[in-house]
Amino acid sequence: MTAALTDVEVGTELPPLELAPITRTTLALFGPASGDLNPIHLDIDVARSVGLDDVFAHGMLSMAYLGRLLTNWVPQDRIRAFAVRFAAITPVHAQPTCTGRVVSIDQVDGERRADLELAVTLADATITLIGTATVALP
Amino acid sequence: MAAIDPAVIGTELPARTVDVERGRLRSFASAIGETDAVYSDVDAARAAGHADLPVPPTFLFGLGLGRGAADFAWLAELGVDLRHVLHGEQSFTYHAVAHAGDTLTLAPKITDVFAKRGGALQFLVRETEVRRADGTPIAELKETIVVRDPGAGT
Repeated sequence: MTAALTDVEVGTELPPLELAPITRTTLALFGPASGDLNPIHLDIDVARSVGLDDVFAHGMLSMAYLGRLLTNWVPQDRIRAFAVRFAAITPVHAQPTCTGRVVSIDQVDGERRADLELAVTLADATITLIGTATVALP
Repeated sequence: MAAIDPAVIGTELPARTVDVERGRLRSFASAIGETDAVYSDVDAARAAGHADLPVPPTFLFGLGLGRGAADFAWLAELGVDLRHVLHGEQSFTYHAVAHAGDTLTLAPKITDVFAKRGGALQFLVRETEVRRADGTPIAELKETIVVRDPGAGT
């Protein structure tokens, strides 16, 4: 994996990470494990009380999937920065895919750094997260 | 709801000091379907050069949470109904990877408040510094929360 990192150039795409559909069980496990206990993700009565049809997935679950995309590609200690905008909610049963692409490479603080564009896209083409990351290259 | 008073900008929220536990890291890895053994198997982590299980990139967001309603008391004090809250943006700047066994202190601060669409959307920005007990910087987090007001601007 690290060997391939020496060949990274602008336009290089990260191997996509395709996830299984998000189940209610996933949400029930992710809440306590992550610490995010906002009931809007766990309790359909709370969701309905503000006019929603159902609970929806934690944004940070999708960001955690993007984190997997990154750490599948580089050792974690190479990640300098990681940011997302949550563009749409993720319904229960949605099936996310994480993608990333190198958009620039610069010399910063004595190391080569790649700036990445990231996205999470559902099976129906809804883009739920748009993000960026900066990683140090070998 | 009423507009959030911009005077809250600069407010330091209570810091929390939390022990990073292997068990919770394993639960997190399992919940996100992590298949890399570095995040759940101490031997695999050590073989990859880690002191113990590493704290994955986004885990710091919830490290200081997990208490239920107490996690959201700061929003309630601002008059925000949690049911109307959306996570707008989240960023992390990293200085070092934390590991199971570390004791980390999270120091959050409200750094911006603004409104759009005539107050129908209010935005709260909270930045959090994370350090090890010895003061080593681990990361800075920046969270933008969107508060929808169904009764305003419509």
